[in-house]
Amino acid sequence: MTLLKEPDFGTPERPGPATVSVEVDGLPVTVPEGTSVMRAAAQAGVDIPKLCATDSLEAFGSCRLCVVEIDGRRGTPASCTTPCADGMKVSTQTPKVEKLRQGVMELYISDHPLDCLTCPANGDCELQDMAGVVGLRQVRYGYEGENHLDAEKDTSNPYFDFDPSKCIACSRCVRACGEVQGTFALTIEGRGFDSKVSPGAGESFMDSECVSCGACVQACPTSTLQERSVVELGIPTRSVVTTCAYCGVGCSFKAELRGDELVRMVPYKDGGANEGHSCVKGRFAFGYATHPDRMLKPMVRDRITDPWHEVEWDEAIGTVARRMREIQDRHGAGAIGAITSSRCTNEEVYVVQKMVRAAFGNNNVDTCARVCHSPTGYGLKQTFGESAGTQDFRSVAEADVIMVIGANPTDGHPVFASRMKRRLREGAKLIVVDPRRIDLVRSPHIEAQHHLQLRPSTNVAVVNAMAHVVVTENLVDRSFVDARCEDFDEWAEFIARPENSPEAVQEITGVPAAELRAAARLYAEAPNGAIYYGLGVTEHSQGSTMVMGMANLAMACGNIGRDGVGVNPLRGQNNVQGSCDMGSFPHELPGYRHVSDDAVRTVFENLWGGTLLAEPGLRIPNMFDAAIDGTFRGLFVHGEDIAQSDPNLGHVTAALEAMELVVVQDLFLNETAKFAHVFLPGASFLEKDGTFTNAERRINRVRSVMKPKTGKHEWQIVSEIATAMGYEMSYEHPGQIMDEIASVTPTFTGVSFDLLDKLGSVQWPCNEEAPEGTPIMHVDEFVRGKGRFVVTSYVPTNERSTRRFPLVLTTGRILSQYNVGAQTRRTGNVAWHPEDILELHPHDAEVRGINHGDMVTLASRVGQTTLRAEISDRMPTGVVYTTFHHPVTGANVVTTENSDWATNCPEYKVTAVQVALARPDRPIAAEATGNDLVKAGD
Amino acid sequence: MTATVPAECRMANDIARNLGHLPAEEAAEAIAGHIGRFWDPRMRARLHEFVDAGVDGLDPLVVAAAKHLR
Ligand code: SF4
Ligand code: SF4
Ligand code: SF4
Ligand code: FES
Repeated sequence: MTLLKEPDFGTPERPGPATVSVEVDGLPVTVPEGTSVMRAAAQAGVDIPKLCATDSLEAFGSCRLCVVEIDGRRGTPASCTTPCADGMKVSTQTPKVEKLRQGVMELYISDHPLDCLTCPANGDCELQDMAGVVGLRQVRYGYEGENHLDAEKDTSNPYFDFDPSKCIACSRCVRACGEVQGTFALTIEGRGFDSKVSPGAGESFMDSECVSCGACVQACPTSTLQERSVVELGIPTRSVVTTCAYCGVGCSFKAELRGDELVRMVPYKDGGANEGHSCVKGRFAFGYATHPDRMLKPMVRDRITDPWHEVEWDEAIGTVARRMREIQDRHGAGAIGAITSSRCTNEEVYVVQKMVRAAFGNNNVDTCARVCHSPTGYGLKQTFGESAGTQDFRSVAEADVIMVIGANPTDGHPVFASRMKRRLREGAKLIVVDPRRIDLVRSPHIEAQHHLQLRPSTNVAVVNAMAHVVVTENLVDRSFVDARCEDFDEWAEFIARPENSPEAVQEITGVPAAELRAAARLYAEAPNGAIYYGLGVTEHSQGSTMVMGMANLAMACGNIGRDGVGVNPLRGQNNVQGSCDMGSFPHELPGYRHVSDDAVRTVFENLWGGTLLAEPGLRIPNMFDAAIDGTFRGLFVHGEDIAQSDPNLGHVTAALEAMELVVVQDLFLNETAKFAHVFLPGASFLEKDGTFTNAERRINRVRSVMKPKTGKHEWQIVSEIATAMGYEMSYEHPGQIMDEIASVTPTFTGVSFDLLDKLGSVQWPCNEEAPEGTPIMHVDEFVRGKGRFVVTSYVPTNERSTRRFPLVLTTGRILSQYNVGAQTRRTGNVAWHPEDILELHPHDAEVRGINHGDMVTLASRVGQTTLRAEISDRMPTGVVYTTFHHPVTGANVVTTENSDWATNCPEYKVTAVQVALARPDRPIAAEATGNDLVKAGD
Repeated sequence: MTATVPAECRMANDIARNLGHLPAEEAAEAIAGHIGRFWDPRMRARLHEFVDAGVDGLDPLVVAAAKHLR
């Protein structure tokens, strides 16, 4: 593919039913009312010169390059700010406007360094293009007048430079930062000739509020804001459209290359999830793919204390197959299993679970989604009938009240957060339910109406109390409930009980009853109320109950089945949705169908041959328990770092040490690889070919930007292991795997690589009834028929604060880092998050004699670690917070074995802990049953 | 291991506590149904061993549920 340039219509689309018809240079065109003359002209095929306008931003009308003449109107209006009126006749090329445009360009060029030939944007600069378009041949003002040519460069950001000498003060960057990203980090300082762009109050980019999303760089028409990779490598020459492999937003990007070298990732305007926006991870943090730490050769060893030695693929694959079979011969078919990865493609995940079911002959397959969103799958299936979010991201633009529960979208799902913030700036109301004062609670032009700052572990009590208000204050949408739901009366009787009232639970939750009542009314009375939630809901001992509680609340208020409403999980990793869809759970075949269902098993048996087991297999935590018991001895870990990401690490490492064979497939020798006997090098997302499914069920293509550096695709390796074990598995192309998935999964029957190439992306269900996919689910009826109300009684967690461990630790993530950090730590993103930090309230710090920046010990009953303290009033007293991006801290050394009652999703969000100034000579003693584990780091 | 309670007992107790709002017999059936649907057979076998051995700390609803699991 050559370099892809999406058309720029100059001003945003104005969708709407009413239209107007105009003529541009004699060409008739009909456009929606409110469309600018510039956009109408572009639609008619006439490009009007422009500098300050671009179609991702509202028109500003400052450069006056886009002037036109309109019959019957005086003067030369700017076409970007002039809306079309019916019958208008526009002339874009008259001697008058041509002269004006040349004058404008002359002024710009006289204050611009004329180093085009050596400028990094040479050939990709709108100023240069426009000088050509308007026919500029001379500059009369001379270059020796007052100018900005000596202005100093700002190179503080690791990924892009700011060279103010080239700035034309068009303010596209300022508007992009506000309108698109919603950060408002940039301003234009000064007036007239003196006006200049500035991050914050004369700060550098790095010291400002900038979150390095890249929107300003993309909007800049000159080389003033320029990716450093372009400065270093030159302008790219070809593009491959692909999907970001970081978070569950699933942004589409153009990977732009020069020859075979990746120069930059540019967000793709036609991307359904991101519509041309990005965050710092997808936009810039791809350097890990070519990092020298990457392993490219398979390696084996007999014992985990032996050194690794490199082998050829055949030997590595043969070793895995032989040793797995030997374990089964000695300990039975159920003694081995696999963990699939939410970072891998659907096709890769599908072949891993197929290998387990068909070649291993058991159901011991689980996915890392176990530790994040398994309660979503359970809870939404029980209530709505489908284990997935109800909306597309676009839907947020129709919401009137947005409730964000246990999620921190500006850090975790930044591009979706930008879409949400845009809606909030337009006037939608916001309710935040979170123990921590996340940025969204108060940020530029946004303020939450209600922040319910609940105590960790009391989600269910809060959601029940909200539903109590809805039921007892007659706010129920009776017609919706009567027509579309079941089991309402029983539930309503339960929820109306006095023990569920806001007043009764405020002691437990810490949320003032009046505030909770007001929030419940706001949500219930909104024309469209939408719920978005994250791991702060699921990673609890009552995660599944909470998911059902939110579903109950949404149904009671009729907030399901149309634009602007819904119950929406914000998924952590890029392919959490997909890995669950593909049958990675030990009790479910692809498409969420239970293994005990004879009819479903028959479909797969006919296709795969052999007999499939009707009993569920082991889930990840069960695998660890069984390993310690000695009944589980061989594990294939696909692209996951369970020895860093899973809770109660002492237990995990004991389990891994007890295994006879651990096979790790990953890009890097990760923490888990320390316990491995075979290491299989993986392919980065730039080398993968397949699909990812994002949080809105959108199936996006991931296209190979380069060949696998290891010589093999991961689906190939898995197929070869299965074949070496005596179960023939072979595919020529990942498209064949998708065809197989479509042939056995009712929600995927219409999906194929051809369809994805045609439509760009598609949201499942995609089948005969919905050939182009399903943006909104449960429209006329729920997937299970009637939506089911489920009684959700509040059961406190077993994890209790004690005198010895009086604080509650909750964990989370930050914008610049991703999961265990294996990728982002190997990029320039470390500039923002060099280490994990413990946030604690000033009061909790003071009574412990802790100052900002001190090293502290964080201990729970299972282990302890050391990290730096940050004093912050975002936290309520009694609650501390940290991230788990760095292995050296090993925050999961302290998290416990507690888990969601229904799915075993670990309770990361609640651990009783103590914090003290670090005194290496005096570690906090763990309780008698505890394992005083001090992590040594790498 | 950090927990003194065996994993199967801890997990079964958690399920029982969360389904405990149902009438006793219904709760026992629901617990058994949940365990049957989501637990590997070897975990169910271990749970039976604990129930048969009358280990301390098992929720009575779990003991009742075990009958439905056989
Ligand atoms: S990179 Fe993003 S956040 Fe930073 S100044 Fe540019 S638009 Fe604003
Ligand atoms: S930095 Fe670029 S986008 Fe911003 S005002 Fe200057 S030229 Fe325009
Ligand atoms: S929001 Fe998520 S998918 Fe989009 S660029 Fe950032 S990390 Fe990638
Ligand atoms: S493009 Fe219209 S005024 Fe700048």
